[in-house]
Amino acid sequence: MNSKKHPKIQTDSGLIKKEHLSNYTFARVNLPKSGFAINMSEVLAFRADHASARDAIFTAFDIEKIKGELSPLTLDFIEVSSQAEDKAAYLKRPDLGRMLNEKSNELLEESVNSKEKDIVIVISNGLSATAVNENTASVLNHLIPKIKESNLTLAPIIFATNGRVALADEIGEKLNAKLSIILVGERPGLSSPNSMSIYFTYAPEKGLTDESRNCISNIRDKGLPPISAAEKLFYLVNTALTKRISGIHLKDDMGLTE
Amino acid sequence: MIFHQALGTQSFTFKDLKELLAKATPLRTGDVLAGIAAINNRERVAAQYALAELPLKHFLKELVIPYETDEVSRLIIDDFNADAFKLISHLTVGDFRNWLLTDEVSTEELKKLSSGLTPEMVAAVAKLMRNQDLIYVASKCEVQTSFRNTLGKKGHFSTRLQPNHPTDDAKGIAAAILDGLLLGNGDAVIGINPATDNLKITSDLLKMLDGIIQQNEIPTQSCVLSHITTMMTLMEQNAPVDLVFQSIGGTEATNKSFGVNIAMLQEAYDMALSLNRGTVGNNVMYFETGQGSSLSANAHHGVDQQTCETRSYALARKFNPLLINTVVGFIGPEYLYDGKQITRAGLEDHFCGKLMGLPMGVDVCYTNHAEADQDDMDNLLTLLATAGCNYIIGVPGADDIMLNYQSTSYHDSAYIRKLLGLRSAPEFENWLNERFPL
Repeated sequence: MNSKKHPKIQTDSGLIKKEHLSNYTFARVNLPKSGFAINMSEVLAFRADHASARDAIFTAFDIEKIKGELSPLTLDFIEVSSQAEDKAAYLKRPDLGRMLNEKSNELLEESVNSKEKDIVIVISNGLSATAVNENTASVLNHLIPKIKESNLTLAPIIFATNGRVALADEIGEKLNAKLSIILVGERPGLSSPNSMSIYFTYAPEKGLTDESRNCISNIRDKGLPPISAAEKLFYLVNTALTKRISGIHLKDDMGLTE
Repeated sequence: MIFHQALGTQSFTFKDLKELLAKATPLRTGDVLAGIAAINNRERVAAQYALAELPLKHFLKELVIPYETDEVSRLIIDDFNADAFKLISHLTVGDFRNWLLTDEVSTEELKKLSSGLTPEMVAAVAKLMRNQDLIYVASKCEVQTSFRNTLGKKGHFSTRLQPNHPTDDAKGIAAAILDGLLLGNGDAVIGINPATDNLKITSDLLKMLDGIIQQNEIPTQSCVLSHITTMMTLMEQNAPVDLVFQSIGGTEATNKSFGVNIAMLQEAYDMALSLNRGTVGNNVMYFETGQGSSLSANAHHGVDQQTCETRSYALARKFNPLLINTVVGFIGPEYLYDGKQITRAGLEDHFCGKLMGLPMGVDVCYTNHAEADQDDMDNLLTLLATAGCNYIIGVPGADDIMLNYQSTSYHDSAYIRKLLGLRSAPEFENWLNERFPL
């Protein structure tokens, strides 16, 4: 009865078997049905994943937790905010997320040290606080000792609430840093509510666009593990500082030259 | 031209047509972000009053982007059919809305009219219409196209089977195709968004799709949604290309940001036509569009996103596409904030495309940072199906694991067909019934 014919789907590595569809892909194939519709269990599974993604956006940016996890490194911290006062403003007005609010501007001006620093690291909740809450310490606890060993100078760590990627360029310029790095929560996917990205810019200044930056994305336990991300970032940052470039002209040749 | 409009004791001024159109647009975040939206509800309605009184003829005198600076503007003016326009040349925008709703305006009449409409006229009337107007008038339109089957016949509703995989894994894609076919999806196209623009991978995907279609004699067509330059290279290498895909926008600068222009589209179109791979007809192009793409590329010239979108349809119709769909909720909440804005935009785009003579489909979709969920998708899907939308997208469980957004599932088309008595493309339906009877 269940031997109903079906289309033959051939690939180079053999015929696709109807009974084994979910072995070939993590897409939601072969879902149980009731009538024409997707069965209750799968409807709920989808809703649970969507709930995780939605909650990741509105989860609180847990700065105190991250500071605690970074305490062995004895760092200086500064907390700033973009002009996006809440999450709704952040979502509707990307331009506001790229600018510091007045108070933050004053704070940075007070704390600026005229001496040039090599690197400033900015951390922002972005579109997934869950992502930075979970992954920041694992990346920085691996990265910062390497930076210190290389005798590179580090500006205070900046926590920037509701920041977009470009905010790090303004901060880098204000703090007189040769290179700005931002760790930021990515737009959460249904299967990846906790994915973080890192962008960096050489010679950061307000108004730069994507082609001036490099990006390492999908940082999470089940994606690019945080320690691998830290290794990659350290390699690229060194290359950027040596070649004095970033963006489309800086190619990721890690592994090729080793 | 400057427009003055009183509303109660207050008077409003709009400095030109572009501003009038932007301010008359139902609220959406993208126009606010661009700084061109009405500052409050009363200003919006005042703009709608002024727009309703504007003669359609005015759109031939005042362009929103100058003829000299934009090749899409030139296309709009050069391809305008003055004879077809005669039917409505005496109407204002508001009268045009009323006229479209009358019983005397038939499917045939709308078909004849389409080449006499500029996208700005169509965008303008859409701004004044209620959702029910957008649905009802679109339902009068019928735009049929064909390649290996016939799409867009009244009473039929098709799907693009979208079997994407984040690493273009052949088995992963193949499994999603089989799952979709078993659920009756894929009559509009089996169309893959590839994860890379790599020529070898794209060519392998095309060969796999062609093999599946040939081995099973499926009356449908395939597409890998790479850039047209990739497709042109592959056509030169005799890869089995059914449809050529491109994302397009409503301004020359938007298209430049996509790496295309009209001449390139023409060249790709001519190449695809010359392959003669269609058996029922020879509509060989597939376009995707979406409100907000011009602003996102900083290429909007201060024109609102719905008008920019409608201008992209003027470009699309030059190439007689088999398929065109707006990817309505994909771009994010800074352009369309929530379910309400996405729903409105989806209905506008479908209506505007249809009125301009295009075989309009819609990717009913959203991202996780938009205030929307699968219930909003159910609503928009149901509204669009009643409006006679040509096709939607079918994705396993509505979850696209490559593009990381949610669309409609393989099962959603089964729901809407059952609810409204809609059928697949006739050739595809026969194939399913003969080969795989229930």
